[in-house]
Amino acid sequence: MKSVAIYGPGCKRCAATAQMVEAAAAKLGIEVGIEKVTNARAIAMAGVLATPGIAIDGHLVHAGGLPDEARLEDWLSS
Amino acid sequence: MSAGTFPSRHPAPRRDWHWPLGLLGAGTLWWLVYRQLQPLAETLVGLLPVERHSRTGEALAFFFYDVPKVMMLLVLIVFAMGVLRSYFSAEKTRALLSGRREGAGNVLAAGLGVMTPFCSCSAVPLFIGFVSAGVPLGVTFSFLIAAPMVNEVALVLLFGLVGWQVAAAYLGFGLAIAIAAGFVIGKLRLEGWLQDWVRDIQSGAAAAGLAGDAPPAFAERCRRGLEAVREIFGRVWIWILLGIALGAAIHGYVPEDMMVRIMGAGTWWSVPAAVLMGIPMYTNAAGVIPIVEALLSKGAALGTVLAFMMSVIALSLPEMVILRQVLTLRLIAVFILVVGSGILAVGYLFNFLF
Repeated sequence: MKSVAIYGPGCKRCAATAQMVEAAAAKLGIEVGIEKVTNARAIAMAGVLATPGIAIDGHLVHAGGLPDEARLEDWLSS
Repeated sequence: MSAGTFPSRHPAPRRDWHWPLGLLGAGTLWWLVYRQLQPLAETLVGLLPVERHSRTGEALAFFFYDVPKVMMLLVLIVFAMGVLRSYFSAEKTRALLSGRREGAGNVLAAGLGVMTPFCSCSAVPLFIGFVSAGVPLGVTFSFLIAAPMVNEVALVLLFGLVGWQVAAAYLGFGLAIAIAAGFVIGKLRLEGWLQDWVRDIQSGAAAAGLAGDAPPAFAERCRRGLEAVREIFGRVWIWILLGIALGAAIHGYVPEDMMVRIMGAGTWWSVPAAVLMGIPMYTNAAGVIPIVEALLSKGAALGTVLAFMMSVIALSLPEMVILRQVLTLRLIAVFILVVGSGILAVGYLFNFLF
């Protein structure tokens, strides 16, 4: 199981990003545990400057805006 | 830790002509329609059972012309800015600003504030990320003031409804306020007035963040432009509609001299009153500018109206609540005082000049 962290203060786009991750994982048949990180300090310490940010298994892969679907699948499957 | 460690299934993008050709076609169509808006509005009013030169007729003609005009300008500029912003990122901006001296750093920060993708929901992580990476506090403030105040929605609406001179003045003085306010805050050495936990974050303790991401292909940049249009347009269209409707009503019905008395250049207290009124008001540029245009046409002084607008956009309470997480109340008070003084100065200067 991959652990996915979504960084964001709870804005609309953060929720949309979480849904995209769930959809992509379901499509690829990968089991994921999604954790939403909303604390401003934790977001900043993870190196996220623009939200929403995505980290997979501790690696930050995306920050700022909605992710590209194809790239999201790449990140999840690699 | 970088995205580069993840192998990509997608090879280097081949030359794709769909987007450039599509953009050319869409641009031409846009221009053709845009040129026909005035006759279209007249035709539309002519179809209605109202006298063209009556108050209602004037208000309707104003409404039918301005709504499509502003919406079309908005789509064009928001798309262009979305594409342009794909060349910038918060990470690159931080790298450019880190360790900069005050002065030149403030100028650069204000300019980058306009170009870097920014959402006020990211203001806190961005603030911490900048300060902990060695961007001076005053330079960070220049960025945080310019980013929301000088935005493409405000500029498009000013350009479309009031005129390019006022739009240019707003751009110039908005940047000037961001630069000057950041410079002053930097000179005051207020690092001690940050919240304790922010001060305690050692320089470089926060993770470095994304770096070395492959530059997106042109098609991806265009997609981001469209994404920006969908997001911003979806958020502001209703405000533009309501604002222009209210503006049209003011056009048709408010007596000419009323605004001269309340908001004219002759009343000295109108500028500070406009700034104070603007602080608790929170609307985006879209809602306030059509009203601004109507007030101007009824004799309100340009400086007073600009001060009101800048105050509404740059000194909003919700923004303060967000920044309260990282700044002490004392520092927020200084921020309001410094930025408010800048806006006051711009307001008086404009009333004096025009």
